[in-house]
Amino acid sequence: MSHSKLAGIFNKDEKKVDWHDKALWFVRHKRDLSVHQVKGWEELRNLGHGIKAHTLSHLDVYLEQFEANALKNGVQVHWAANGDEHNQIVHSILKADNAKKVVKSKSMLTEECHLNPFLEANDIEVIDTDLGERIVQLAKEKPSHIVLPAIHKNKLEVDELFQEHLGTEPCDGDPQYLTGEARKHLREKFIHADAAITGVNFAIAENGGFVVCTNEGNADMGAHLAPIHIACMGVEKIIPKQEHLGVFLRLLARSATGQPITTYSSHFRKPGKGVKMHIVIVDNGRSKQLSRPDFRASLHCIRCGACMNTCPIYRRSGGHSYDATIPGPIGSILSPGKDLTKYSTLPFASTLCGSCSDVCPVKIDIHTQLYKWRQIIGKETPQPFIKKKSMAAMGKIFSKPSLYGKVGAVARWALRTLPKSLINAWPNIWGKTRDLPVGPKKSFDQWYKERENNKKTDQK
Amino acid sequence: MKVGLFIPCYINQLYPQVGKATLELLEKLKVEVVYPSGQTCCGQPMANSGFENESEGACINFVNNFKDFDYIVTPSGSCAYHVKKHYNIIQQTDDVIKVRKNVYELCDFILNVLKIKNLGASFPYKVGVHKSCHGLRGLRLGSSSELVIEPYSYIEELLKEVEGIELMPLDRSDECCGFGGTFAVTEDVVSAKMGKDKIQDHLRNGVEVITATDVSCLMHLEGLITRNKQPLQVRHIAEILNSTI
Repeated sequence: MSHSKLAGIFNKDEKKVDWHDKALWFVRHKRDLSVHQVKGWEELRNLGHGIKAHTLSHLDVYLEQFEANALKNGVQVHWAANGDEHNQIVHSILKADNAKKVVKSKSMLTEECHLNPFLEANDIEVIDTDLGERIVQLAKEKPSHIVLPAIHKNKLEVDELFQEHLGTEPCDGDPQYLTGEARKHLREKFIHADAAITGVNFAIAENGGFVVCTNEGNADMGAHLAPIHIACMGVEKIIPKQEHLGVFLRLLARSATGQPITTYSSHFRKPGKGVKMHIVIVDNGRSKQLSRPDFRASLHCIRCGACMNTCPIYRRSGGHSYDATIPGPIGSILSPGKDLTKYSTLPFASTLCGSCSDVCPVKIDIHTQLYKWRQIIGKETPQPFIKKKSMAAMGKIFSKPSLYGKVGAVARWALRTLPKSLINAWPNIWGKTRDLPVGPKKSFDQWYKERENNKKTDQK
Repeated sequence: MKVGLFIPCYINQLYPQVGKATLELLEKLKVEVVYPSGQTCCGQPMANSGFENESEGACINFVNNFKDFDYIVTPSGSCAYHVKKHYNIIQQTDDVIKVRKNVYELCDFILNVLKIKNLGASFPYKVGVHKSCHGLRGLRLGSSSELVIEPYSYIEELLKEVEGIELMPLDRSDECCGFGGTFAVTEDVVSAKMGKDKIQDHLRNGVEVITATDVSCLMHLEGLITRNKQPLQVRHIAEILNSTI
């Protein structure tokens, strides 16, 4: 289904749209307050952009350096070309130790690879331990936001969900009670886990370490209790040096939620005693995106979600309207690279207002890339007959001034003369919710010519 | 200084009063203005819809009409931005490079080229400024709320000099109105919702007249205001700066 259709469904409940919009605008506002306290914020963004651009242009070097150092640290490193390979690698690691119960902290990569259904089909229990992700997992839904996965659900819905799945008492959506119960439920899962899977926010080439950021400490809880830790990362997560964390950790949390730093920024380097540590490095279309100069910078993304919070369309259409792993503006420039036809409406789910590009902590030119995807989609995917014909017709009208004058006169006459009921009828989609201006008798062009003629007559 | 006046297609056809106000204002400021009669459209509607190639004729026509002027001035941030940013699809002749460099949005031209602030206008109303996105984040006519830079706004600098005007601050200073060209039709539900919310922001803050550098945003907002019979008016900034009520 197209983005506009799914957005239409989301908009059937206007109160919910208002709530969703306000909740995310609140996060954007918190971000504003927080970044305005940092002297040299724009310089930090420049640095973040520069480090990412440099790293991506030397990706092979840094990845191999990272692998060599990780191996030295006693970590096992695996390479996956695509999602299937990634899933099989993770499965084979678990199978080798007969691990049946897995706790997993937030990782958009494993969402992208559809790891959970794959493991579940192989009789392995996977519990998402980020509270928001656990909520959507219980609801059998997908995250609608990369930082706030359950932002489309209100507390009453969570209350009902927990009653059904965790056996909680009805509590009128009491957040304190619900989080308490979730905590108990998750503790059980942590204690009995055979393996922990985490994502990776930053992988450091110079020492083979990696950093996982959470606010709930759930990645640490999982990784410290289970005898196996599998960290899954996309190739673009690499940064050259430890000191670069000083740039990215400052950018990430402020952009994401307005916090100065994530509650837990956990550094992993060597496996603890009796623990096996694995890193799975995944391509899954990233090197292809890297080969497209116009879209390369989309790989700078550090997954803060700020472009979603600021996007006036995202806030009013909900994350699920994008029908993609990564929703919102950044998703709309990543997804077409994976499947141009399936995601062909996403680059059009934008007014090109540019707020995403200005809010982005690593200065991805998101709205410019949206415009560029539109051009590729116009050329390479089947377009509706009416759209193609009308674009060609407009192209012709606007290249011929005399034709343009005539068409304009007819349009003005129609807007001036025809009854509103007819003007606003199908197929005028504009007219469903908006009036059109009344057509003036004279265009500016006609008025100007008359004025010039009168001037000449006066001079005579 | 020879200035070519570019009146965007929809202003020419649907809002001629905005074109008149722009011309009168520039003449008042003793600028030698010519309106080349062969002009049509900057080509943005096709290009933003993913059909840049269909806009080439419009781009070439635009350059042919305006290549002999020192400056091209237009009452639209969006069209000026399109010429500057997206005319890379036609061959970059000296004429094309010159036109792209010299195209100006009206307020930008008055403030930064003519270096005039006070235009002797008066407009005794409570005005809400809608900062049209392409002007704001494309041409940088002001500081956007996302950036951590010294705040500025060319539009407000000019409006502050208008006698009797009261500029009303909004809750969300520069959120998009939801017009977005063909977006207004292809994503009509979200587009209308964005417009509705924008209007509420103005109403909540006691605005009587919404103004902007772009009639496209105002046409969308006016369409909703008229349909929903709300107590608000829209005026292009040229109409306010040219007003002596």
